[in-house]
Parts: sequence; structure tokens; C-alpha cells
Amino acid sequence: MSGSSSIVSMKKIVQQLRFEAGINRVKVSQAAADLQQFCLQHAQQDPLLCGMSTSNNPFRPQKVCSFL
Amino acid sequence: MASEKAEMDSLKKECDGLRTQIEAARKAVNDGSMSSAAGSATDVGRVQLKLRKSLKGHLAKIYSMHWATDSRSMVSASQDGKLLVWDTFSGNKMVAVPLKSAWVMSVAFAPSGNLVASGGLDNMCTVYNIKSASPKTLRELDAHTGYLACCRFLSDTEILTASGDTTCCLWDLETGKQKIIFTNHIGDCMSLALSQDERTFVSGACDSLAKLWDLREGTCKQTFSGHTSDINAINFFPSGNAFITGSDDCSCKMYDLRSDQEVIGYQDTSLNAGVTSLALSNSGRLIFAGYDDFNCHIWDSMKGEKVGVLSGHDNRVSCTGVPGDGMGVCTGSWDSFLKLWN
Repeated sequence: MSGSSSIVSMKKIVQQLRFEAGINRVKVSQAAADLQQFCLQHAQQDPLLCGMSTSNNPFRPQKVCSFL
Repeated sequence: MASEKAEMDSLKKECDGLRTQIEAARKAVNDGSMSSAAGSATDVGRVQLKLRKSLKGHLAKIYSMHWATDSRSMVSASQDGKLLVWDTFSGNKMVAVPLKSAWVMSVAFAPSGNLVASGGLDNMCTVYNIKSASPKTLRELDAHTGYLACCRFLSDTEILTASGDTTCCLWDLETGKQKIIFTNHIGDCMSLALSQDERTFVSGACDSLAKLWDLREGTCKQTFSGHTSDINAINFFPSGNAFITGSDDCSCKMYDLRSDQEVIGYQDTSLNAGVTSLALSNSGRLIFAGYDDFNCHIWDSMKGEKVGVLSGHDNRVSCTGVPGDGMGVCTGSWDSFLKLWN
């Protein structure tokens, strides 16, 4: 009985590998270029990369307001 | 018996053949490197972020944190048996959720901001409504046979979990039942990340593999190898075509989905500590990786170079997160503090 369950598992592994083997793969040079391109295009909208002014900084120390 | 052995042998041979075929197919498209593509990109220089706030409130190790979609609220989980919901602008605690089990390992905020979920060594994922007068348990999702390592809401009605029982699971929060069980990992599932279109997700496990899954079909579409130890952290690159992993083997790696392989690794001989968590800046250029060495190191994702460090914790950095508006980084630590940097 244990013999046939390992065959069932093995068949599943083979089926999975067949599926994974069948996909189309894009050249790494193309994939890398696209990733670079994305970073460059979005660099200006990345506050951690570009920095921000104190007035825009949501985590800046709270100024104490006082009523005059 | 003999015929079973013969069948087993033939299946094993087919397996080996397929693995060789996959490796050859990967090699065939491996015609360049990230570093050569990155040659023309400008250096980011030294990234020096300042500590803006230290959030004090937990009384024991912090294991997990997650930003709300408003980029202002944040929930943290500690083995002091509490979830704390913070207003990060003021540093105030807004809600405290007492947990039935203190052994929490993961926490998540629902996109709506109405619900949070947590779980850990109790093998359950408990969902709480934090908008009611006092936090109310909405559901106890109880079917995993191993610890809950990670959870992420798709909406107020669906949640995805990753478990030490080696499976991931999609749950229906209206019925409290499992909708789909994702089986294929042969080690504890430690972390998961949802794609922006919510049609796929990636998982990292103790079998040192990362897998891409079809959320609706329940199938494993791709398997990524390369790490030599447990993968503890995983996150999508913002374009959705790649993801980054962090591992106990002390390295991070970027895998591209379309090339079906690792495209760049992030490691340094001076870094001998496991990666516990990671988050990306909004353009994907910066990787914030939390390590066992008490620091969060910053990597240039394109050039593969270390460009900065967030130092200040007195113990392991266990969780890291960048809010949706990309305005800062939050690190959480076993030292019981959360720190906000930008």
C-alpha cells in the first residue's frame, strides 16, 4: 500500500515538473533591462530615494502649537 | 512489487530528465546580467536615512508589523500577547488587541483598515474588527496543522495564510472555511506576497525554494531555487515581474518571473547574519533588509551593492515595512521597539 502512494506522489511531482518545464522564458538581458527601466521611470516618485522636505515629512517631530 | 519498482525507477528517471531540461532552458536565456544592464544607471550614493520616531509600547519581542493602506496606521505584534495599532504620524497607540495566544508570528492589516489578522504557534489565524468599540474577534481560522508564519488580506472577505505545515491557504472570511489549499513546498512556508492584480502570489519556505502560485486555480506555476537555507522573507518588485527573497543563508536574491531564474544576488562577506524581513522603496531601487545582526541593511537592487544601514536596534530586526506612499521605512525588533526612518 505504501508502495503505490509513493508512486502517486512521484506522478504528481512529474506532472508538476512537466508543467514548469513547458513555460516560455524571456532572455535575462531583456528582463534586466525592463527592471532597470522601471526603476528609472519611477525614481522621481520614490521619496526614500529622492528625499523629501521637512514640511512634507509625515514622521517629522511634531512642532508644539501654542495659542498666543 | 517488481513492476512497482520498475514504475518508480521510470518516474524518477523522468523527473531527473525534466529537471535537467528546466536547467538547460534557464541557461539558454541567461544571456546577460543585472550588473551589466545596470552599468548605465546612476549610483544612488550613500543612502542615509534618519531615525524619526521610536515607538515604545510593547513589552516583549516584536515579531511582525504591517502598514495600513492609508500609509499612516500600522499594526505590530509582540509576544507580550498584544497587537498594537499605531498612528505613526503622532506616535500614539490607537488600539490594543489582547491575544488569546501570546505566541504570535504574523500580523496583517486589511486593505479597508477595518480588520487585522494575526496568528502563530496556535496554528490559527484570528481576524479582529478594530473599528468596533472594542476589538472584536470576527473569525478564528483553524485548519492548519502547523504554525501560522504569514497572513495577508485580499479584502475583508478573503485572506491568504502561509504555515509551518508546508501549505498556504486561501480562506473565505464569510464562512471561515478554506477555499483553496496550496500544496507543493516540502518545508515550512515562512512568507508570502500578493501580486498587485491579486491573480498570483509568491511564497518562500524552509525548503529554500520560492514558488509562484495561481491564486484562483490553486496551482504552482513556477519554482525558484538558489538559496541554501530557509527563505524568511519575500516581496514583489513593484513592476510585478520580479520578486526579492531574504534567507537564513545571509543573502537576498531577486528572481525574474519571465526569465524563470535568479537575476541578481545581494550578499557581502562581512554580513554573516540571516535575513529576517525585507521591504522595497516605491521605485524598487532600494531594498531594506532586516538581519539578525540587529541592523537593517539597504541594498541598491539594480547594482547589487550595499548603500546604507539603519542602525539603532538592540536586538534582531524581525520585521520591516514601507508604506504604500513610500514615505518611510518601519523596522520592528526583538528589542520591543518599532522605529520609523526616512
